Amino acid sequence: MTSDLITSLYVFMLAAFVGFEVIRRVSPLLHTPLMSLTNALDAIAVVGAILLVGEHKSNLSTVLGALAVAAATSNVVGGFLITDRMLKMFKSSKTKKP
Amino acid sequence: MTTAQIPEQAIEFFYLIATALFVLSLKWLSAPATARRGVWAGEIGMVLAIGATLLHRGIVDYTWIAIALVVGAIIGIPLGLVHMTAVPQRTALSHAFGALCVSLVGTAEFYQRTPHVPRFMMAVLSMEVILGSLTFTGSLMAAGKLQEVLPQRPITYKGQNIVNISLLAIAVAVAVYLVMHPGETRLFPLIIGIPLVFGVLMIVPIGGADMPTVISLLNSYAGLSAAAMGFVLDSKLLIIAGALDGSSGFVLSVIMSKAMNRSFTNVLFGAFGQVQPTAAGAIEARTVRTATAEEAAAILGAANSVVVVPGYGMAVAQAQHKVREFYDALTKRGVDVKFGIHPVAGRMPGHMNVLLAEADIPYDRLLDMDAINPELPQTDVALVIGANDVTNPAARSDKSSPIYGMPILDVDKARTVMVIKRSMSPGFAGIDNELYYLDKTLMLFGDAKTFVGDIVRQLAGEGLGSVAGV
Repeated sequence: MTSDLITSLYVFMLAAFVGFEVIRRVSPLLHTPLMSLTNALDAIAVVGAILLVGEHKSNLSTVLGALAVAAATSNVVGGFLITDRMLKMFKSSKTKKP
Repeated sequence: MTTAQIPEQAIEFFYLIATALFVLSLKWLSAPATARRGVWAGEIGMVLAIGATLLHRGIVDYTWIAIALVVGAIIGIPLGLVHMTAVPQRTALSHAFGALCVSLVGTAEFYQRTPHVPRFMMAVLSMEVILGSLTFTGSLMAAGKLQEVLPQRPITYKGQNIVNISLLAIAVAVAVYLVMHPGETRLFPLIIGIPLVFGVLMIVPIGGADMPTVISLLNSYAGLSAAAMGFVLDSKLLIIAGALDGSSGFVLSVIMSKAMNRSFTNVLFGAFGQVQPTAAGAIEARTVRTATAEEAAAILGAANSVVVVPGYGMAVAQAQHKVREFYDALTKRGVDVKFGIHPVAGRMPGHMNVLLAEADIPYDRLLDMDAINPELPQTDVALVIGANDVTNPAARSDKSSPIYGMPILDVDKARTVMVIKRSMSPGFAGIDNELYYLDKTLMLFGDAKTFVGDIVRQLAGEGLGSVAGV
Protein backbone atom coordinates (compact mmCIF):
# COMPACT_ATOMS: atom_id res chain seq x y z
CA MET A 1 0.00 0.00 0.00
CA THR A 2 2.60 2.53 1.05
CA SER A 3 4.93 1.76 -1.83
CA ASP A 4 1.99 2.05 -4.24
CA LEU A 5 1.17 5.38 -2.71
CA ILE A 6 4.73 6.62 -3.04
CA THR A 7 4.85 5.47 -6.65
CA SER A 8 1.61 7.34 -7.32
CA LEU A 9 3.01 10.49 -5.77
CA TYR A 10 6.10 10.21 -7.96
CA VAL A 11 3.88 9.77 -11.00
CA PHE A 12 1.81 12.79 -10.06
CA MET A 13 4.84 14.97 -9.47
CA LEU A 14 6.55 14.02 -12.71
CA ALA A 15 3.35 14.42 -14.71
CA ALA A 16 2.85 17.88 -13.21
CA PHE A 17 6.38 18.88 -14.25
CA VAL A 18 5.83 17.54 -17.76
CA GLY A 19 2.53 19.42 -17.83
CA PHE A 20 4.16 22.73 -16.87
CA GLU A 21 6.92 22.39 -19.43
CA VAL A 22 4.61 21.35 -22.26
CA ILE A 23 1.85 23.86 -21.53
CA ARG A 24 4.28 26.76 -21.11
CA ARG A 25 5.27 26.28 -24.74
CA VAL A 26 1.73 26.49 -26.09
CA SER A 27 1.28 29.65 -28.13
CA PRO A 28 -1.16 32.17 -26.58
CA LEU A 29 -2.96 31.93 -29.92
CA LEU A 30 -4.15 28.48 -28.96
CA HIS A 31 -5.08 28.98 -25.31
CA THR A 32 -8.78 28.40 -25.95
CA PRO A 33 -8.29 25.11 -27.86
CA LEU A 34 -5.76 24.12 -25.19
CA MET A 35 -8.41 24.44 -22.54
CA SER A 36 -10.99 22.46 -24.48
CA LEU A 37 -8.46 19.75 -25.31
CA THR A 38 -7.21 19.31 -21.75
CA ASN A 39 -10.85 19.17 -20.76
CA ALA A 40 -11.49 16.32 -23.15
CA LEU A 41 -8.36 14.48 -21.96
CA ASP A 42 -9.35 15.03 -18.34
CA ALA A 43 -12.62 13.25 -19.10
CA ILE A 44 -10.57 10.03 -19.09
CA ALA A 45 -12.14 9.87 -15.63
CA VAL A 46 -14.85 8.06 -17.57
CA VAL A 47 -12.67 4.96 -17.22
CA GLY A 48 -13.15 4.90 -13.46
CA ALA A 49 -16.85 5.56 -13.84
CA ILE A 50 -17.27 2.71 -16.36
CA LEU A 51 -15.75 0.22 -13.92
CA LEU A 52 -18.00 1.49 -11.17
CA VAL A 53 -21.10 0.89 -13.27
CA GLY A 54 -19.94 -2.43 -14.72
CA GLU A 55 -18.90 -4.01 -11.43
CA HIS A 56 -22.43 -3.36 -10.14
CA LYS A 57 -21.56 -3.66 -6.47
CA SER A 58 -24.62 -1.73 -5.30
CA ASN A 59 -27.52 0.14 -6.84
CA LEU A 60 -26.15 3.40 -5.52
CA SER A 61 -22.79 2.94 -7.19
CA THR A 62 -24.43 1.91 -10.46
CA VAL A 63 -26.70 4.97 -10.53
CA LEU A 64 -23.96 7.43 -9.56
CA GLY A 65 -21.53 5.74 -11.92
CA ALA A 66 -23.94 5.89 -14.85
CA LEU A 67 -24.47 9.62 -14.31
CA ALA A 68 -20.71 10.03 -14.11
CA VAL A 69 -20.17 8.10 -17.34
CA ALA A 70 -22.72 10.30 -19.12
CA ALA A 71 -21.16 13.52 -17.80
CA ALA A 72 -17.63 12.50 -18.74
CA THR A 73 -18.63 11.14 -22.15
CA SER A 74 -20.25 14.45 -23.02
CA ASN A 75 -16.88 16.07 -22.32
CA VAL A 76 -14.99 13.53 -24.42
CA VAL A 77 -17.28 13.94 -27.41
CA GLY A 78 -17.90 17.67 -27.10
CA GLY A 79 -14.33 18.50 -26.15
CA PHE A 80 -12.62 16.79 -29.07
CA LEU A 81 -15.28 18.00 -31.49
CA ILE A 82 -14.98 21.67 -30.62
CA THR A 83 -11.19 21.59 -30.35
CA ASP A 84 -10.94 20.22 -33.86
CA ARG A 85 -13.46 22.76 -35.15
CA MET A 86 -11.45 25.60 -33.64
CA LEU A 87 -8.11 24.37 -34.90
CA LYS A 88 -9.48 23.97 -38.42
CA MET A 89 -10.12 27.71 -38.45
CA PHE A 90 -6.54 28.73 -37.73
CA LYS A 91 -4.96 29.44 -41.10
CA SER A 92 -1.67 31.07 -41.96
CA SER A 93 -1.57 33.84 -44.56
CA LYS A 94 1.15 31.93 -46.41
CA THR A 95 -0.90 28.82 -47.04
CA LYS A 96 -4.26 30.45 -47.42
CA LYS A 97 -4.47 31.69 -50.98
CA PRO A 98 -4.01 28.96 -53.58
CA MET B 1 -18.86 -10.29 -24.44
CA THR B 2 -17.30 -12.36 -21.68
CA THR B 3 -15.07 -14.28 -24.06
CA ALA B 4 -13.25 -11.08 -24.97
CA GLN B 5 -11.74 -10.64 -21.52
CA ILE B 6 -8.04 -9.95 -21.52
CA PRO B 7 -5.49 -10.02 -18.72
CA GLU B 8 -5.12 -6.97 -16.51
CA GLN B 9 -1.56 -6.37 -17.70
CA ALA B 10 -2.79 -5.97 -21.24
CA ILE B 11 -5.24 -3.31 -20.11
CA GLU B 12 -2.47 -1.51 -18.24
CA PHE B 13 -0.39 -1.64 -21.39
CA PHE B 14 -3.15 0.10 -23.36
CA TYR B 15 -3.34 2.71 -20.60
CA LEU B 16 0.37 3.26 -20.97
CA ILE B 17 0.03 3.93 -24.68
CA ALA B 18 -2.92 6.23 -24.01
CA THR B 19 -0.83 8.18 -21.49
CA ALA B 20 1.97 8.66 -24.01
CA LEU B 21 -0.54 9.82 -26.61
CA PHE B 22 -2.02 12.35 -24.17
CA VAL B 23 1.37 13.91 -23.52
CA LEU B 24 2.14 14.01 -27.24
CA SER B 25 -1.29 15.49 -27.83
CA LEU B 26 -0.48 18.50 -25.64
CA LYS B 27 3.00 18.78 -27.08
CA TRP B 28 1.66 18.94 -30.63
CA LEU B 29 -0.90 21.53 -29.60
CA SER B 30 1.88 24.04 -28.96
CA ALA B 31 1.90 25.36 -32.55
CA PRO B 32 -0.92 25.81 -35.07
CA ALA B 33 0.90 23.71 -37.69
CA THR B 34 0.84 20.51 -35.60
CA ALA B 35 -2.16 21.25 -33.40
CA ARG B 36 -4.69 19.10 -35.23
CA ARG B 37 -2.38 16.12 -35.02
CA GLY B 38 -2.55 16.71 -31.27
CA VAL B 39 -6.32 16.28 -31.30
CA TRP B 40 -6.02 13.02 -33.21
CA ALA B 41 -3.43 11.70 -30.77
CA GLY B 42 -5.77 12.55 -27.91
CA GLU B 43 -8.70 10.86 -29.61
CA ILE B 44 -6.77 7.67 -30.33
CA GLY B 45 -5.52 7.57 -26.74
CA MET B 46 -9.05 8.05 -25.46
CA VAL B 47 -10.49 5.29 -27.65
CA LEU B 48 -7.72 2.88 -26.61
CA ALA B 49 -8.24 3.61 -22.93
CA ILE B 50 -12.04 3.32 -23.03
CA GLY B 51 -11.88 0.23 -25.24
CA ALA B 52 -9.44 -1.52 -22.92
CA THR B 53 -11.52 -0.62 -19.88
CA LEU B 54 -14.61 -2.19 -21.43
CA LEU B 55 -12.71 -5.50 -21.59
CA HIS B 56 -12.01 -5.46 -17.87
CA ARG B 57 -13.01 -8.75 -16.27
CA GLY B 58 -14.62 -7.04 -13.31
CA ILE B 59 -17.43 -5.78 -15.52
CA VAL B 60 -20.48 -7.96 -15.14
CA ASP B 61 -23.13 -5.87 -16.86
CA TYR B 62 -22.87 -3.62 -19.89
CA THR B 63 -26.43 -2.33 -20.10
CA TRP B 64 -26.03 0.82 -18.04
CA ILE B 65 -22.58 1.52 -19.42
CA ALA B 66 -23.98 1.49 -22.94
CA ILE B 67 -26.95 3.68 -22.02
CA ALA B 68 -24.74 6.19 -20.21
CA LEU B 69 -22.24 6.34 -23.07
CA VAL B 70 -25.01 7.00 -25.57
CA VAL B 71 -26.67 9.65 -23.38
CA GLY B 72 -23.28 11.33 -22.85
CA ALA B 73 -22.61 11.37 -26.58
CA ILE B 74 -26.05 12.84 -27.24
CA ILE B 75 -25.33 15.66 -24.77
CA GLY B 76 -21.78 16.08 -26.01
CA ILE B 77 -22.43 16.51 -29.72
CA PRO B 78 -24.42 19.76 -29.46
CA LEU B 79 -21.86 21.02 -26.92
CA GLY B 80 -19.20 20.42 -29.53
CA LEU B 81 -21.13 22.29 -32.18
CA VAL B 82 -21.89 25.54 -30.35
CA HIS B 83 -21.21 28.87 -32.01
CA MET B 84 -17.70 30.22 -31.45
CA THR B 85 -19.01 33.18 -29.45
CA ALA B 86 -20.47 30.68 -26.95
CA VAL B 87 -17.15 28.93 -26.36
CA PRO B 88 -16.46 30.51 -22.92
CA GLN B 89 -19.74 29.30 -21.40
CA ARG B 90 -19.35 25.92 -23.09
CA THR B 91 -15.93 25.58 -21.54
CA ALA B 92 -17.26 26.48 -18.10
CA LEU B 93 -20.05 23.95 -18.54
CA SER B 94 -17.60 21.22 -19.48
CA HIS B 95 -15.58 21.93 -16.34
CA ALA B 96 -18.82 21.43 -14.44
CA PHE B 97 -19.46 18.07 -16.13
CA GLY B 98 -15.91 16.90 -15.49
CA ALA B 99 -16.16 17.85 -11.83
CA LEU B 100 -19.59 16.23 -11.56
CA CYS B 101 -18.19 12.93 -12.83
CA VAL B 102 -15.36 13.05 -10.32
CA SER B 103 -17.59 13.90 -7.34
CA LEU B 104 -20.10 11.17 -8.19
CA VAL B 105 -17.42 8.52 -8.50
CA GLY B 106 -15.84 9.71 -5.25
CA THR B 107 -19.17 9.51 -3.45
CA ALA B 108 -19.87 6.01 -4.74
CA GLU B 109 -16.38 4.86 -3.78
CA PHE B 110 -16.82 6.17 -0.26
CA TYR B 111 -20.06 4.33 0.38
CA GLN B 112 -18.56 1.17 -1.11
CA ARG B 113 -15.48 1.23 1.07
CA THR B 114 -16.66 2.67 4.36
CA PRO B 115 -15.87 1.97 7.16
CA HIS B 116 -12.56 0.40 6.08
CA VAL B 117 -10.91 3.33 4.39
CA PRO B 118 -7.19 3.83 5.01
CA ARG B 119 -6.31 7.33 6.16
CA PHE B 120 -4.46 8.44 3.10
CA MET B 121 -7.21 7.06 0.88
CA MET B 122 -9.83 8.98 2.85
CA ALA B 123 -7.76 12.16 2.60
CA VAL B 124 -7.49 12.06 -1.19
CA LEU B 125 -11.09 10.93 -1.46
CA SER B 126 -12.18 13.96 0.56
CA MET B 127 -10.03 16.20 -1.60
CA GLU B 128 -11.57 14.66 -4.71
CA VAL B 129 -15.12 15.23 -3.48
CA ILE B 130 -14.51 18.72 -2.07
CA LEU B 131 -12.71 20.01 -5.15
CA GLY B 132 -15.14 18.27 -7.47
CA SER B 133 -18.22 19.66 -5.77
CA LEU B 134 -17.04 23.24 -5.55
CA THR B 135 -15.84 23.14 -9.14
CA PHE B 136 -19.20 21.77 -10.21
CA THR B 137 -21.34 24.58 -8.83
CA GLY B 138 -18.63 27.19 -9.40
CA SER B 139 -18.44 26.30 -13.07
CA LEU B 140 -22.20 26.23 -13.43
CA MET B 141 -22.31 29.74 -11.96
CA ALA B 142 -19.57 30.90 -14.29
CA ALA B 143 -21.40 29.40 -17.27
CA GLY B 144 -24.61 31.11 -16.14
CA LYS B 145 -22.90 34.47 -15.90
CA LEU B 146 -21.24 34.05 -19.28
CA GLN B 147 -24.53 32.99 -20.88
CA GLU B 148 -26.08 36.04 -19.19
CA VAL B 149 -28.82 34.04 -17.50
CA LEU B 150 -27.30 35.30 -14.24
CA PRO B 151 -26.36 38.91 -13.50
CA GLN B 152 -22.85 39.61 -14.72
CA ARG B 153 -22.16 42.38 -12.24
CA PRO B 154 -20.16 41.23 -9.24
CA ILE B 155 -22.25 40.94 -6.08
CA THR B 156 -20.26 41.78 -2.98
CA TYR B 157 -21.17 42.19 0.64
CA LYS B 158 -19.33 42.88 3.86
CA GLY B 159 -17.46 39.93 5.29
CA GLN B 160 -17.83 37.94 2.10
CA ASN B 161 -14.34 36.52 2.22
CA ILE B 162 -14.73 35.56 5.88
CA VAL B 163 -17.97 33.71 5.12
CA ASN B 164 -16.40 31.91 2.17
CA ILE B 165 -13.18 30.96 3.89
CA SER B 166 -15.05 29.78 7.00
CA LEU B 167 -17.26 27.54 4.89
CA LEU B 168 -14.25 26.00 3.23
CA ALA B 169 -12.54 25.61 6.60
CA ILE B 170 -15.58 23.77 7.98
CA ALA B 171 -15.57 21.41 5.00
CA VAL B 172 -11.86 20.73 5.48
CA ALA B 173 -12.39 20.17 9.22
CA VAL B 174 -15.14 17.64 8.51
CA ALA B 175 -12.83 15.95 6.01
CA VAL B 176 -10.09 15.71 8.62
CA TYR B 177 -12.53 14.17 11.08
CA LEU B 178 -13.59 11.66 8.42
CA VAL B 179 -9.97 10.73 7.83
CA MET B 180 -9.76 9.83 11.52
CA HIS B 181 -13.17 8.13 11.61
CA PRO B 182 -14.05 6.88 8.13
CA GLY B 183 -17.07 5.03 9.49
CA GLU B 184 -18.98 8.25 10.18
CA THR B 185 -21.11 8.02 7.06
CA ARG B 186 -23.54 10.66 8.38
CA LEU B 187 -20.87 13.32 8.02
CA PHE B 188 -19.97 12.50 4.44
CA PRO B 189 -22.82 14.54 2.85
CA LEU B 190 -21.30 17.61 4.50
CA ILE B 191 -18.15 17.44 2.39
CA ILE B 192 -20.38 17.40 -0.67
CA GLY B 193 -22.95 19.95 0.43
CA ILE B 194 -20.69 22.64 1.89
CA PRO B 195 -18.39 22.77 -1.14
CA LEU B 196 -21.45 22.93 -3.40
CA VAL B 197 -22.57 26.07 -1.56
CA PHE B 198 -19.01 27.39 -1.47
CA GLY B 199 -18.76 27.00 -5.26
CA VAL B 200 -21.77 29.28 -5.74
CA LEU B 201 -20.57 31.89 -3.25
CA MET B 202 -17.07 31.85 -4.73
CA ILE B 203 -18.35 33.00 -8.12
CA VAL B 204 -20.95 35.50 -6.84
CA PRO B 205 -18.39 38.35 -6.51
CA ILE B 206 -16.81 37.67 -9.91
CA GLY B 207 -17.40 40.09 -12.74
CA GLY B 208 -17.09 39.46 -16.44
CA ALA B 209 -13.59 40.89 -16.80
CA ASP B 210 -12.25 38.40 -14.26
CA MET B 211 -13.66 35.42 -16.10
CA PRO B 212 -10.44 34.45 -17.92
CA THR B 213 -8.69 33.95 -14.57
CA VAL B 214 -11.64 32.20 -12.98
CA ILE B 215 -12.17 29.79 -15.85
CA SER B 216 -8.49 28.88 -15.78
CA LEU B 217 -8.65 28.35 -12.04
CA LEU B 218 -11.72 26.13 -12.30
CA ASN B 219 -9.91 24.22 -15.03
CA SER B 220 -7.06 23.63 -12.63
CA TYR B 221 -9.41 22.49 -9.85
CA ALA B 222 -11.16 20.08 -12.22
CA GLY B 223 -7.79 18.57 -13.14
CA LEU B 224 -6.64 18.26 -9.54
CA SER B 225 -9.88 16.57 -8.49
CA ALA B 226 -9.45 14.07 -11.33
CA ALA B 227 -5.88 13.41 -10.19
CA ALA B 228 -7.17 12.80 -6.66
CA MET B 229 -9.61 10.31 -8.14
CA GLY B 230 -6.65 8.62 -9.78
CA PHE B 231 -5.06 8.17 -6.32
CA VAL B 232 -8.28 6.68 -4.96
CA LEU B 233 -8.65 4.22 -7.84
CA ASP B 234 -4.90 3.66 -8.08
CA SER B 235 -5.00 4.56 -11.77
CA LYS B 236 -1.77 6.06 -13.10
CA LEU B 237 -3.53 7.06 -16.29
CA LEU B 238 -5.98 9.22 -14.36
CA ILE B 239 -3.30 10.68 -12.13
CA ILE B 240 -1.34 11.76 -15.18
CA ALA B 241 -4.32 13.10 -17.14
CA GLY B 242 -5.47 14.99 -14.04
CA ALA B 243 -1.99 16.37 -13.39
CA LEU B 244 -1.71 17.55 -17.00
CA ASP B 245 -5.11 19.26 -16.86
CA GLY B 246 -4.38 20.69 -13.44
CA SER B 247 -1.05 22.12 -14.48
CA SER B 248 -2.55 23.48 -17.69
CA GLY B 249 -5.18 25.35 -15.73
CA PHE B 250 -2.56 26.51 -13.27
CA VAL B 251 -0.22 27.83 -15.99
CA LEU B 252 -3.12 29.66 -17.63
CA SER B 253 -4.26 31.15 -14.30
CA VAL B 254 -0.75 32.43 -13.67
CA ILE B 255 -0.58 33.98 -17.14
CA MET B 256 -4.00 35.57 -16.66
CA SER B 257 -3.32 36.87 -13.18
CA LYS B 258 0.00 38.34 -14.32
CA ALA B 259 -1.79 40.03 -17.21
CA MET B 260 -4.16 41.62 -14.70
CA ASN B 261 -1.44 42.37 -12.18
CA ARG B 262 -3.11 40.36 -9.46
CA SER B 263 -1.10 38.28 -7.08
CA PHE B 264 -1.77 34.60 -7.19
CA THR B 265 -2.96 34.42 -3.58
CA ASN B 266 -5.45 37.13 -4.46
CA VAL B 267 -6.77 34.87 -7.20
CA LEU B 268 -6.74 31.72 -5.05
CA PHE B 269 -8.95 33.28 -2.43
CA GLY B 270 -11.44 34.47 -4.93
CA ALA B 271 -10.94 38.03 -3.78
CA PHE B 272 -11.25 39.49 -7.24
CA GLY B 273 -13.93 41.59 -8.76
CA GLN B 274 -13.68 43.97 -5.87
CA VAL B 275 -12.31 46.98 -7.65
CA GLN B 276 -13.97 49.85 -5.84
CA PRO B 277 -15.21 52.55 -8.18
CA THR B 278 -13.06 55.13 -6.40
CA ALA B 279 -12.51 57.10 -9.58
CA ALA B 280 -16.20 57.94 -9.63
CA GLY B 281 -15.86 61.70 -9.27
CA ALA B 282 -14.04 61.93 -12.57
CA ILE B 283 -17.19 61.82 -14.68
CA GLU B 284 -17.13 65.43 -15.73
CA ALA B 285 -17.62 67.09 -19.05
CA ARG B 286 -14.17 66.59 -20.53
CA THR B 287 -14.02 67.09 -24.20
CA VAL B 288 -13.16 64.35 -26.62
CA ARG B 289 -12.62 64.50 -30.35
CA THR B 290 -15.04 62.50 -32.40
CA ALA B 291 -15.02 61.42 -36.01
CA THR B 292 -17.45 59.95 -38.51
CA ALA B 293 -16.93 56.74 -40.43
CA GLU B 294 -16.01 58.80 -43.49
CA GLU B 295 -13.27 60.72 -41.69
CA ALA B 296 -11.97 57.57 -40.05
CA ALA B 297 -11.87 55.76 -43.39
CA ALA B 298 -9.89 58.60 -44.95
CA ILE B 299 -7.22 58.44 -42.24
CA LEU B 300 -7.10 54.64 -42.23
CA GLY B 301 -6.88 54.45 -46.02
CA ALA B 302 -3.92 56.82 -46.00
CA ALA B 303 -2.02 54.95 -43.28
CA ASN B 304 0.90 52.58 -43.80
CA SER B 305 0.34 50.50 -40.73
CA VAL B 306 -2.73 49.82 -38.63
CA VAL B 307 -2.98 47.81 -35.42
CA VAL B 308 -6.43 46.64 -34.39
CA VAL B 309 -6.99 46.03 -30.68
CA PRO B 310 -10.09 43.90 -30.12
CA GLY B 311 -11.81 43.36 -26.79
CA TYR B 312 -14.92 41.79 -25.38
CA GLY B 313 -17.00 44.52 -27.06
CA MET B 314 -16.10 43.04 -30.43
CA ALA B 315 -17.38 39.65 -29.30
CA VAL B 316 -20.60 41.12 -27.93
CA ALA B 317 -21.30 43.00 -31.16
CA GLN B 318 -20.32 39.90 -33.18
CA ALA B 319 -18.18 42.24 -35.23
CA GLN B 320 -15.42 39.78 -36.15
CA HIS B 321 -16.67 39.16 -39.69
CA LYS B 322 -16.93 42.90 -40.39
CA VAL B 323 -13.43 43.23 -38.97
CA ARG B 324 -12.32 40.65 -41.49
CA GLU B 325 -13.81 42.75 -44.34
CA PHE B 326 -12.03 45.75 -42.86
CA TYR B 327 -8.77 43.79 -42.83
CA ASP B 328 -9.28 42.77 -46.48
CA ALA B 329 -10.12 46.30 -47.63
CA LEU B 330 -7.02 47.80 -46.02
CA THR B 331 -4.71 44.94 -47.01
CA LYS B 332 -5.82 45.36 -50.61
CA ARG B 333 -4.64 48.96 -50.43
CA GLY B 334 -1.26 47.85 -49.20
CA VAL B 335 -1.82 48.86 -45.59
CA ASP B 336 -0.06 46.60 -43.10
CA VAL B 337 -2.78 45.44 -40.68
CA LYS B 338 -1.98 43.56 -37.49
CA PHE B 339 -3.96 42.65 -34.41
CA GLY B 340 -2.75 43.29 -30.87
CA ILE B 341 -4.24 40.81 -28.43
CA HIS B 342 -4.10 41.31 -24.68
CA PRO B 343 -3.96 38.04 -22.70
CA VAL B 344 -7.17 38.83 -20.83
CA ALA B 345 -9.10 40.34 -23.74
CA GLY B 346 -12.48 38.64 -23.84
CA ARG B 347 -13.92 36.15 -21.43
CA MET B 348 -11.43 33.27 -21.51
CA PRO B 349 -7.78 32.73 -22.45
CA GLY B 350 -7.34 33.00 -26.21
CA HIS B 351 -10.95 34.10 -26.79
CA MET B 352 -10.11 36.84 -29.31
CA ASN B 353 -7.80 34.60 -31.32
CA VAL B 354 -10.54 32.05 -31.83
CA LEU B 355 -13.07 34.66 -32.93
CA LEU B 356 -10.66 36.25 -35.39
CA ALA B 357 -9.56 32.88 -36.71
CA GLU B 358 -13.22 32.02 -37.18
CA ALA B 359 -13.50 35.12 -39.36
CA ASP B 360 -10.61 33.76 -41.45
CA ILE B 361 -8.01 36.26 -40.38
CA PRO B 362 -4.60 34.54 -40.76
CA TYR B 363 -3.14 33.69 -37.37
CA ASP B 364 0.27 35.15 -38.19
CA ARG B 365 -1.45 38.58 -38.10
CA LEU B 366 -2.52 38.02 -34.48
CA LEU B 367 0.22 39.22 -32.16
CA ASP B 368 0.27 38.97 -28.41
CA MET B 369 1.01 41.89 -26.13
CA ASP B 370 4.79 41.46 -25.90
CA ALA B 371 5.12 41.19 -29.67
CA ILE B 372 2.93 44.15 -30.61
CA ASN B 373 3.97 46.71 -27.99
CA PRO B 374 7.41 47.47 -29.52
CA GLU B 375 5.68 48.08 -32.87
CA LEU B 376 3.02 50.48 -31.64
CA PRO B 377 5.21 53.63 -31.57
CA GLN B 378 5.85 53.16 -35.32
CA THR B 379 2.18 52.48 -36.03
CA ASP B 380 0.11 55.07 -37.87
CA VAL B 381 -3.30 54.13 -36.50
CA ALA B 382 -4.28 51.99 -33.53
CA LEU B 383 -7.95 51.05 -33.77
CA VAL B 384 -9.51 49.90 -30.49
CA ILE B 385 -12.68 47.88 -30.91
CA GLY B 386 -14.56 47.15 -27.73
CA ALA B 387 -11.53 47.04 -25.44
CA ASN B 388 -11.12 49.45 -22.54
CA ASP B 389 -9.10 48.75 -19.41
CA VAL B 390 -6.34 46.91 -21.30
CA THR B 391 -5.57 50.14 -23.17
CA ASN B 392 -5.74 52.55 -20.23
CA PRO B 393 -2.44 54.44 -19.86
CA ALA B 394 -3.30 55.06 -16.21
CA ALA B 395 -2.12 51.50 -15.60
CA ARG B 396 1.40 52.71 -16.40
CA SER B 397 1.43 56.11 -14.75
CA ASP B 398 -1.33 56.68 -12.20
CA LYS B 399 -0.43 55.06 -8.89
CA SER B 400 -3.89 55.72 -7.46
CA SER B 401 -5.64 53.86 -10.25
CA PRO B 402 -7.05 50.46 -9.32
CA ILE B 403 -5.46 48.98 -12.41
CA TYR B 404 -2.04 50.52 -11.77
CA GLY B 405 0.72 48.09 -12.68
CA MET B 406 -1.40 45.99 -15.03
CA PRO B 407 0.46 45.42 -18.30
CA ILE B 408 -1.38 47.15 -21.12
CA LEU B 409 -1.25 47.51 -24.87
CA ASP B 410 0.54 50.81 -25.51
CA VAL B 411 -1.98 52.08 -28.05
CA ASP B 412 -1.45 55.65 -26.82
CA LYS B 413 2.01 55.54 -28.41
CA ALA B 414 0.60 55.11 -31.91
CA ARG B 415 0.46 58.26 -34.07
CA THR B 416 -3.33 58.26 -34.15
CA VAL B 417 -5.70 56.35 -31.93
CA MET B 418 -9.29 55.49 -32.82
CA VAL B 419 -11.70 54.02 -30.34
CA ILE B 420 -14.99 52.46 -31.35
CA LYS B 421 -17.27 52.61 -28.35
CA ARG B 422 -20.99 52.76 -27.80
CA SER B 423 -20.88 55.67 -25.35
CA MET B 424 -18.57 57.40 -22.92
CA SER B 425 -19.68 55.19 -20.03
CA PRO B 426 -16.64 53.82 -18.21
CA GLY B 427 -15.55 50.22 -18.64
CA PHE B 428 -16.21 47.23 -16.49
CA ALA B 429 -13.98 48.32 -13.65
CA GLY B 430 -15.67 51.73 -13.54
CA ILE B 431 -12.42 53.50 -14.31
CA ASP B 432 -12.19 56.46 -16.61
CA ASN B 433 -9.78 55.89 -19.51
CA GLU B 434 -7.26 58.71 -20.06
CA LEU B 435 -6.73 57.45 -23.57
CA TYR B 436 -10.03 58.95 -24.73
CA TYR B 437 -8.99 62.52 -23.89
CA LEU B 438 -5.69 62.57 -25.73
CA ASP B 439 -5.33 64.99 -28.63
CA LYS B 440 -4.45 62.19 -30.99
CA THR B 441 -7.48 60.15 -30.06
CA LEU B 442 -10.62 60.07 -32.17
CA MET B 443 -13.73 58.59 -30.62
CA LEU B 444 -15.96 56.70 -33.01
CA PHE B 445 -19.32 56.38 -31.27
CA GLY B 446 -21.56 53.54 -32.35
CA ASP B 447 -22.09 49.81 -32.43
CA ALA B 448 -18.83 48.06 -33.32
CA LYS B 449 -20.31 45.94 -36.09
CA THR B 450 -22.19 48.81 -37.74
CA PHE B 451 -19.32 51.24 -37.44
CA VAL B 452 -16.71 48.90 -38.87
CA GLY B 453 -19.16 48.10 -41.66
CA ASP B 454 -19.52 51.83 -42.42
CA ILE B 455 -15.74 52.25 -42.54
CA VAL B 456 -15.47 49.31 -44.95
CA ARG B 457 -18.11 50.87 -47.21
CA GLN B 458 -16.29 54.20 -47.17
CA LEU B 459 -12.98 52.50 -47.96
CA ALA B 460 -14.58 50.74 -50.91
CA GLY B 461 -16.40 53.85 -52.12
CA GLU B 462 -13.64 56.45 -52.09
CA GLY B 463 -11.02 54.25 -53.70
CA LEU B 464 -10.32 56.93 -56.35
CA GLY B 465 -9.85 59.79 -53.95
CA SER B 466 -6.79 58.50 -52.15
CA VAL B 467 -4.50 57.39 -54.95
CA ALA B 468 -1.91 59.80 -53.68
CA GLY B 469 -1.80 58.09 -50.31
CA VAL B 470 0.86 59.14 -47.81
